[in-house]
Amino acid sequence: MSEIKKIKNLKEFSTSADRFEGANLLCPGCAHSIIVREVLNATNDDLILAASTGCLEVCTAVYPYTSWDASWIHIGFENGSTAVAGAEAMYKALKTKGRLKQPERTPKFVAFGGDGASYDIGFQWISGCMERNHDMMYIVLDNEVYANTGGQRSSSTPIGSSATTTPAGSISYGETKNKKDMMGIMAAHHIPYAAQVSPNKWKDMVKKIQKGFATEGAVFINAVSPCTTEWKFDPKNTMHLADLATDSLVFPLYEVIDGREYNITYRPKNIIPVEEYLAAQGRFKHLFKDEYKYLIKEWQERVDANWAYLQRREEAKV
Amino acid sequence: MAFDKMELNDIEVWDGNYAAAQALRQAQVDVVSAYPITPSTPIVEGYAKFKSDNFVEGEFVMVESEHAAMSGCIGAAAAGGRVATATSSQGLALMAETLYQASGMRLPIVLNLVNRALAAPLNVNGDHSDMYMVRDSGWIQFDAYCPQEAYDLNFIAFKVSEDHDVRIPAIVNQDGFMTSHTAQGVHTMDDDTAFGFVGVYKPMNDMLDFEHPVTHGVQTEEDWHFEHKARQHNDMMSIVPGKIDEAFAEFEKLTGRKYNHVESYDMDDADVAVVCMGTSVETAREVAKEMREKGVKAGVVGIRVVRPFPFMAVAEALKDVKAVAALDRSAPGGAAGMLFNEIAGALFNTDTKLLLSGYIYGLGGRDLTKAHLVELYNELQANADAGKLLTQQQQFIGVRGPKLAYL
Repeated sequence: MSEIKKIKNLKEFSTSADRFEGANLLCPGCAHSIIVREVLNATNDDLILAASTGCLEVCTAVYPYTSWDASWIHIGFENGSTAVAGAEAMYKALKTKGRLKQPERTPKFVAFGGDGASYDIGFQWISGCMERNHDMMYIVLDNEVYANTGGQRSSSTPIGSSATTTPAGSISYGETKNKKDMMGIMAAHHIPYAAQVSPNKWKDMVKKIQKGFATEGAVFINAVSPCTTEWKFDPKNTMHLADLATDSLVFPLYEVIDGREYNITYRPKNIIPVEEYLAAQGRFKHLFKDEYKYLIKEWQERVDANWAYLQRREEAKV
Repeated sequence: MAFDKMELNDIEVWDGNYAAAQALRQAQVDVVSAYPITPSTPIVEGYAKFKSDNFVEGEFVMVESEHAAMSGCIGAAAAGGRVATATSSQGLALMAETLYQASGMRLPIVLNLVNRALAAPLNVNGDHSDMYMVRDSGWIQFDAYCPQEAYDLNFIAFKVSEDHDVRIPAIVNQDGFMTSHTAQGVHTMDDDTAFGFVGVYKPMNDMLDFEHPVTHGVQTEEDWHFEHKARQHNDMMSIVPGKIDEAFAEFEKLTGRKYNHVESYDMDDADVAVVCMGTSVETAREVAKEMREKGVKAGVVGIRVVRPFPFMAVAEALKDVKAVAALDRSAPGGAAGMLFNEIAGALFNTDTKLLLSGYIYGLGGRDLTKAHLVELYNELQANADAGKLLTQQQQFIGVRGPKLAYL
């Protein structure tokens, strides 16, 4: 059994051994690198990592360089999950056959993918991995847009957001569809553990990641990743945006155990109006025109309804 | 729990699918990641039964699509162990993206490809359109003409693919139904002998070596992509043929069964020859024998190694022939057939004056009959006698309606 790493404060956390190097090509202010570092620093165990094609992948493994000081694989856009599932199967096979080079070490298998790679093109692959219950963790770096290719909408893009394929215009308020409920879908696989996390609540995140690592079987994590480039905010405000996301309850932090037991892990003392979250981002700028203000009201109603739903699920314990 | 060995008779009656499944069992594959599709399904079913009956110690992962099957194979191979799968037709088409990724990442994987037509129209029967579709994917490709060869070539494929100087994945082709579902006598190896031939997998750049982390599947643009691809081709052209020779020689020593890049039949003094693949090779051999009784000096050239294509061996086999037919079992889609092109490429800068014609046949499982081949050999003899092509360069045989001929 691997022991759970103890992390007392942020300083200790930020100075612990880095297996994800600062030398990468991600945008200044990108939340991806913060999340990845928080995940990797949550354990001292060996790691087998994968990334689907996307920002994280193209910015961290440009030949002949790599930002990864742990084994890492990228195959394509849709199959980061299955890449790690294949590696996990090989680990089990070599363990059974007594051919592991370091048999005393128990690695953790983690795949990262953006929301495009996860909610859209890689959806089936992730579903397959969750259904087969591989001993792995799948983490969505959810910035609600195809950021790597310049800001096209994904099925994670929320209503009213202006994306390059759903641009706001004289007769359009941008994206017209609601964000896909990926957490609900993954929970419906009845996997042992699913959780939504945000980089600003690092203690909550580390706790969940460690819980995930201690879980035998498939784990799904949806991580909010504010995107300075596509959400259009000042790069220094990444954590402020994450604060607005969690404290407006647009991104509530919760976990689902065995697909049934819901636990809310963060209750903001002061709930911020959704309007403030929207106002902080250029992608929603057009919603503040008079003709679209009804959308902001609907946004608030949706967030309220979702929060009520989560609380009911938590209380019900079913 | 230790796995059990299986007692086999010296000769078993197996179809091509079961022969391939047995080869995967005996090679002690570490991970099989697969998805069923007709006509290759019995390979994974056979393997699943071996696993259920404790004849397999490795992992068997039934995934949700062929794309995922090869994705799992790539992850498993990068982790560092022996990996195999099986598919056909649409399944191969779905995994096409990952085939290029597997070869570009230089990962040894063995894929049993049970050849079947590509839709539309939907068709489950054998032709070579799937094999042709991935001919430029950077995989080594072997072609088996019967269940015995489907069995043998799997071991050879592991041996070559996993060689540290090669590290290129390999496909073992066999004809859908004609080979995959036709039971014949297969000379077997016992489990220890068979495993001894492929040996314990020797990992390289394995992700599971925690002391030496590796990065697989990097990004390269105009700065390095070309060098990677050029090196891959260079190794296919310069290293792989010799490694295949070594594996063939070692296999012959072990079993007495001899394989060649090009399988020549009655070619020593042949005036006319057919070049083809799959079960058609055996049909053509029968007809060639009968043609010789009628005074036609007929021969057959079977392509055993489809990639890297044996240009020199083909040129050598055909150098004294007067008329040759390239038989392509795939819709050419507005071009010459693949074999026609490769043979032309093999011969163009040589001294040969042979007359080359191309025949498209057998699409979607349409039979290539002996009568077709008799007619074909007669056409070749007429070409040889006239010293020029008397037919058009490309013809379709065995298709309904008015004769189709082009060029």
